[in-house]
Amino acid sequence: MKRSRARVGADVALLVIGLCFAAPLLWLVLAAVDPQAGYQTKVPPAPSLINFSAVMTPELLGRPLLNSFVLSAGTALVNVLAAVLAAYPLSRYRSRFNKPFMYTVLLGTSLPVTAIMVPVYGLFVQLQLLDSMAATIFFMATTTLPMAIWMAKNFMDTVPLELEEAAWMDGASNLVTLRTIVLPLMGQGLGVVFIFVFIQAWGNFFVPFILLLSTGKQPAAVSIFSFFGQHGAIAYGQLAAFSILYSVPVLVLYAVVSRGMGNSFAMSGAMKG
Amino acid sequence: MKIRRLSRLLPVAPAILLLLVFLLAPVAWSFYASFTDAALTGKAAREPQWVGAENYVRMVTDDAFPTAVWLTVVFVAASAVLGQNLLGLLIALLMTRSRKSVSDWVGTAVVAAWVLPEIVAAFAAYAYFNRDGTLNQLLAVLGTHGLDWLYSFPLVAIILANTWRGTAFSMLVYRAALANVPRDVSEAALMDGARGWQRLAFITLPLIRNSIATNLMLITLQTLAVFTLIWVMTAGGPANASTTLPVLAYQEAFKFGDIGYGTAVASVLILLGMVFGAVYVWLLRERRA
Repeated sequence: MKRSRARVGADVALLVIGLCFAAPLLWLVLAAVDPQAGYQTKVPPAPSLINFSAVMTPELLGRPLLNSFVLSAGTALVNVLAAVLAAYPLSRYRSRFNKPFMYTVLLGTSLPVTAIMVPVYGLFVQLQLLDSMAATIFFMATTTLPMAIWMAKNFMDTVPLELEEAAWMDGASNLVTLRTIVLPLMGQGLGVVFIFVFIQAWGNFFVPFILLLSTGKQPAAVSIFSFFGQHGAIAYGQLAAFSILYSVPVLVLYAVVSRGMGNSFAMSGAMKG
Repeated sequence: MKIRRLSRLLPVAPAILLLLVFLLAPVAWSFYASFTDAALTGKAAREPQWVGAENYVRMVTDDAFPTAVWLTVVFVAASAVLGQNLLGLLIALLMTRSRKSVSDWVGTAVVAAWVLPEIVAAFAAYAYFNRDGTLNQLLAVLGTHGLDWLYSFPLVAIILANTWRGTAFSMLVYRAALANVPRDVSEAALMDGARGWQRLAFITLPLIRNSIATNLMLITLQTLAVFTLIWVMTAGGPANASTTLPVLAYQEAFKFGDIGYGTAVASVLILLGMVFGAVYVWLLRERRA
């Protein structure tokens, strides 16, 4: 009896908290289907999908999303590739170099990225890398690299060395065993790293905002400002519709990761230390 | 033999190269530029002059910098250490007792705010705290007069918004931690007549203290770097009332074109991050030893 009362109390308290968290998102959903949307949250008098059809053009939606995809996929690819290569010797060979390196890398995870944007801008000007998609990808991949190396090493440590030793006996090289034995066994972990980096890059606003100048290269996070009209008027409904279309891919990706392997899995990779 | 051992380390090279070029070089450049009068445009952009500690002297004498430090401390303490951390712990604790359907639904709502792209979350928060926004509509239902939050209480608005945005991380950390607390430990305490909060204070919390320490370090670092949320909601205003260090560094460098001063502020922020990072690394090492 006492237990079930405590349970109802917990349920009610949680629901109140949940409603508070959902409230700011309600506006986004309602405004998207309201042709006359403002900042007020209200059930649209005449709901329609006109906002969505208005933003679904190649210039407004297509190109920015494509840019977002190229940036995010490129970042995740460079990141995972560099992280796996670095993790292999760190996980497989004992060396005096390992420990100091891993702790330096860990220290790197604590660098506030927004703090280095001013110097990065200065550096990019000096090296004439401003407005370069490739340079932006390499920079973004590097900002998440420390965490990715740390996670990749932890995942790799769980793959038993004996499996590889047998293949080495047969004359296979390290790179071959990495590709044919280690990577398939840690595929799930790598998938998690890839998707987490992808989600982070997809949502990143500040980095492309500073480093990519021409509209043709800007990802959705930056192009969203086109709804703050040059004519002073803000197209609230279209802004909301665009926001939803831009957010859906990462929401889906996140759902896939968390359903497939559980947050605790990714978390343990990052936290195990 | 030596060459063989070195060649084994070769795969680490791309990662080291990236870290040197894109992380270490900007950090080094930041410290260097903070001692110059580097500017965004004009002559000082092409040939920056060495000005010694001038930028740092200006920091101490200028009002904007001490204000920004104070605002940053309040912002981090209120939205991360108190807001995200305590709310995340509370949600995780409630979830251990509640119905699964409820905790699933609430978990989704909390996580949604965290997974959304930062610019979208920032717009949603901006609309929510707007004079015509949802919060004032809710207050009107309760019969209270609304306020212009973003103008009159910008710091409160960004603190609440950042708590909303980031609590999911603490919740996930604490859910994972609480799942590892053996059930019979807390049940034994129950048999001994330990009351709920005593159980929490003397049994549960000590058992998850490592997770608490790690979580506090990570959310402090994340919150220290928050820029987009503040920039979209208040742009640091009105009149510097919500200008935290990252916003100040951005404004000085890109709005006023003073890269030298901007990098000086950025350098302070980098040092701050490094101090917290060093404590974090030390905590992890202690735990392993």
